[in-house]
Amino acid sequence: MTNQGVDLLTINSGEAEQPFCYTVGLEGSKFLTEIRDNKRFVGIKCPKCGKVYVPPRKVCGPCFTEMTEWVPVKDEGYLHSYTILRFAFLDPETGKEKPVPYGYAFIRLDGADTDFQHYVEIKDEKKVKIGARVRAVFEEKRAGKITDVKHFVVID
Amino acid sequence: MNGVEDITIIGVGQTAIEREKPADTFADMAYEAVTKALDDAGMSIDDIDNIVTTSNDFWDGRTISSMAVNDAVGAGLGKNITTVEGDGTFSAFYGMCRILSGSYKNSLIVTHVKGSISDNIHITNGIFDPIYMRPIGLDSLNTAALQMRRYMAKYGISEEQCAKVSVKNHANALKNPYAQIKKTFTLEDVMDSRLIADPLKLLDCSPISDGAAAVIISGEESAKKHKNAVKVRGVGYCADAYFLGDRDLADANALDMAASRAYESAEIVDPLSEIDVAEVYDAFSYMELMWYEGLGFCAPGGGGKLIDRGVTEMDGKLPVNPSGGLLSGHPVITGGLIRLIEACLQVRGDAGDHQVKGVKTALAHGVNGACGQSHCVWIVGR
Ligand SMILES: [Zn+2]
Repeated sequence: MTNQGVDLLTINSGEAEQPFCYTVGLEGSKFLTEIRDNKRFVGIKCPKCGKVYVPPRKVCGPCFTEMTEWVPVKDEGYLHSYTILRFAFLDPETGKEKPVPYGYAFIRLDGADTDFQHYVEIKDEKKVKIGARVRAVFEEKRAGKITDVKHFVVID
Repeated sequence: MNGVEDITIIGVGQTAIEREKPADTFADMAYEAVTKALDDAGMSIDDIDNIVTTSNDFWDGRTISSMAVNDAVGAGLGKNITTVEGDGTFSAFYGMCRILSGSYKNSLIVTHVKGSISDNIHITNGIFDPIYMRPIGLDSLNTAALQMRRYMAKYGISEEQCAKVSVKNHANALKNPYAQIKKTFTLEDVMDSRLIADPLKLLDCSPISDGAAAVIISGEESAKKHKNAVKVRGVGYCADAYFLGDRDLADANALDMAASRAYESAEIVDPLSEIDVAEVYDAFSYMELMWYEGLGFCAPGGGGKLIDRGVTEMDGKLPVNPSGGLLSGHPVITGGLIRLIEACLQVRGDAGDHQVKGVKTALAHGVNGACGQSHCVWIVGR
């Protein structure tokens, strides 16, 4: 492209990477190791408002209160919202295109008061709807990451 | 110096919004917006005693990106220049507060973004928590789809009602010389456009854009008599939880609170009757309907009926986004400041072909964060 007779140039940022090693923290580490070692979800409960958070973290925002009480949360729940991706994007984990279609959902796990976000399997699209009961499917090999949960499947 | 009643907006400037600006660096875009705002105000850079910039390090591809425009925005050597994260309405809020502190007289607010030079999916994926949300690929599009479905399910809003926003705003953009997309779309065009992440279709989404904007805010007594003088009557700012799963995404609670604060200051009791025109952050079609509710133009869940009744059309009781909004051009970061500029032009009677008749009071709205995490609401008037 030219402008006023000048070739308009661009410079590519190149292949340089800036990797981070994110701290998961105490609450997050317990949450992810429970998934890795026991295929179980745990939440954390606010002593003031009683809200159970998944994923767990140290502070209840609205109450500005520290949370220490762990509560079990089921690996089942219901779809609070969902979308089915029809357009292929690069997977941030792999840098490769993820085959479409696939589903994302807000899942309200039994025992939790917040929505957990993950993939939902869409083999039978008609069954994927708000309120549908779902169950977590775990990966065989687990590494202490959120992707140790493979996806959720509709069990209705 | 007492409060917002002493604050006047006296200069505005914006670049054309374009899919890409290959001839302009970030600094070139910022310079264009600043010189236009200074010309508009009849001021020189020497009249400015402090500058607030807003940009985004991921989109700019550098850290402390806002400082890289130092020369282009006129900070030169010795002027106080600072930065606000997020959207331009928030930097304008801070620029106003600096005047209210008594330390400054004239604040220059500048925002810029180049959406064209990188991958927006990766950048908006970077909004999210790297432990739980980023690895599964959440980004601005798929989280918007999740929010849209949640909103439709809770309140019985239809896809057609959302699509009507896109039809309305694209029609309005035909008369805005700064708009990027100037094309007429029918309801069928929007409904039949490519499915991105259902229920979100291509024409429910704002485009990728480049652009910059600047505003001059004054606390000088003489500014009240300036030819451009637009009075600030109220400003409200409010944020909600970071984790999307902590909120019910069908409700705009933070906007409700931000608007209430702005209305209290402006002594507005019935916004639908007392506001003459509104420019709101329509990053996606359904969001405009949600923002009607958060802004109190109707009750929660009433956004669909409001657009059905034509209330927010150009010839309706309260025209919303006569500029064409973000659906016809969305330079992120700059988006909200352009809403404030458009509101000021409407109050001045300088909005040209998309001028709404007899505007005394206008509303501008900016958003920062995924699915409308935080909101800033401005009420300006004569
Ligand atoms: Zn609490």
